[in-house]
Amino acid sequence: MNATIERDQNVIELQAASYSYGHTALLSDMSFSIEPGSFHFLTGPSGAGKSTLLKLLYAELLPSEGTVSLFGQSVDQMSRDQIAFLRRRIGLVHQNCDFLDHLSMTENICLPLTVAGQSARDDLDQLLAWVGLTHRADALPPQLSGGERQRAALARALIQAPEVVLADEPTGNIDWEMSQRLLTLLIELNKMGTTVLIATHDLNLIRLAKSEIAVRVLRIKDRQVQFAGSDL
Amino acid sequence: MKSIFAEIRGLLIGDTRAAMVVPPTGFTAYLTIFSTATMAFLGIFAVVMALSAGRVADRWAQELAKSATVLVTASQDQMQDAVAATVRVLETTAGVGSIRVLSDDEQRDLLVPWFGPDMPVDVLPLPQLIEVIPTSDGFDPEGLRLRLQGEAPDAILDDHGRWQKPLIRAAQRLRLFSLFCLSLIAITIIAVVTLAAKAALSANAKTIHVLRLVGATDEFVAKAFVRRFTLRAIVGAAVGVIMGIIAIMLLSNAGKAAGFLTDFGLMGINWLWPLILPLLFGLLAFFATRAAALRLLRELT
Repeated sequence: MNATIERDQNVIELQAASYSYGHTALLSDMSFSIEPGSFHFLTGPSGAGKSTLLKLLYAELLPSEGTVSLFGQSVDQMSRDQIAFLRRRIGLVHQNCDFLDHLSMTENICLPLTVAGQSARDDLDQLLAWVGLTHRADALPPQLSGGERQRAALARALIQAPEVVLADEPTGNIDWEMSQRLLTLLIELNKMGTTVLIATHDLNLIRLAKSEIAVRVLRIKDRQVQFAGSDL
Repeated sequence: MKSIFAEIRGLLIGDTRAAMVVPPTGFTAYLTIFSTATMAFLGIFAVVMALSAGRVADRWAQELAKSATVLVTASQDQMQDAVAATVRVLETTAGVGSIRVLSDDEQRDLLVPWFGPDMPVDVLPLPQLIEVIPTSDGFDPEGLRLRLQGEAPDAILDDHGRWQKPLIRAAQRLRLFSLFCLSLIAITIIAVVTLAAKAALSANAKTIHVLRLVGATDEFVAKAFVRRFTLRAIVGAAVGVIMGIIAIMLLSNAGKAAGFLTDFGLMGINWLWPLILPLLFGLLAFFATRAAALRLLRELT
């Protein structure tokens, strides 16, 4: 698998993609693309299908119809191993921040390296300092606050220097101050060239990001995705 | 196939990366160790039974094959000529080492167990018995029968085949039965390990989900479980085999003292079996866990 993205190749591309659970259509006829280095928000009311769409974007779910392409490859034509290797190019930040509770925070953050058979990064301390978790490196996940867990999830997503970061409601369980701090980290990351897509229903967060960098907003409405105008 | 060798090598050398990401599981660990210990205990008994059955049958067959008997059943007035004709045939038969015409006293002694010491066997028209000791190459019983039929028609050869054949058949059946028991034990091990591995995988569904999301391949996830269950099976089987050996030695000693079960036990090269059995169980656990893990992981996204 090619580890780099061609300059003119979209990181994510959906063509008439739909997803149904049983006979119920959750998302239908979605066509859009995300360019490398861009900063996108995915918004919509609760239950609109933001998390489902994100799952399609990191191949946890496969489209019922149409195609979802990541780094130029259609996910439904990939083997399970290929999907695993593809996920190493994507950093995931979940609202629930699933960690392995028997491992320390550092071990959890380094988990993507562990499964890839790589040794810990030399600049791990810098990464921990960047997300403000140096003092919590040896703590177990249940000992962390909500904000610390979110930042640890971000650090884990970034440990392999991914080309894309997908964040599902990363500020859902934390206060506004911490949300701003997390957004600042993601904006810094984007300025370094990483593609960022954040699913959120927090319009204030989107407005704050818009005030600092150029962002595009995708909105899920009636099970379809559309680019939002300047009304946000 | 190459990846399986790499995995076995990983098992021996150890892969701490894969092992550390899965939390220890108490219940399935005890279940696997206990089950494999029990099965190994029964397994070593089945092995010893098969080996002992073979030894007993071989010994009996060898002892019976060491001699044959010729019965001369002529009337009393023709007996002497008939015996002389039979002796001539036997002395000129290839493979016959020596012959001995049993005396009247020896023949009487043979009948005592059946008729008792007070029976007047002298008055009975008994056949004359001739003991035939073959050479190491042995003689051709069918050829000798044909010669006796032509040259000494009153003589009948008993090469003990009617005793040997049922014994050999019984020994073969006992061996087959032991192999059947070993097969059942192997199947049970596979079933128990598969169930325990599935239980462990299900209990760690969240861990597996997290690992998959951060880019773990199925091989990586399976490796942690495979290593764990293989080592448990080897440890359990070693415990079971040691207990089995102790039980077999106690039985064998008690049997020898009482004059039976003298061939029961492990002898010579057969002592390799206690070493082979745990490795065999480990191999079964390795493939059972690997198959169960990869199958279950394929069902997960």
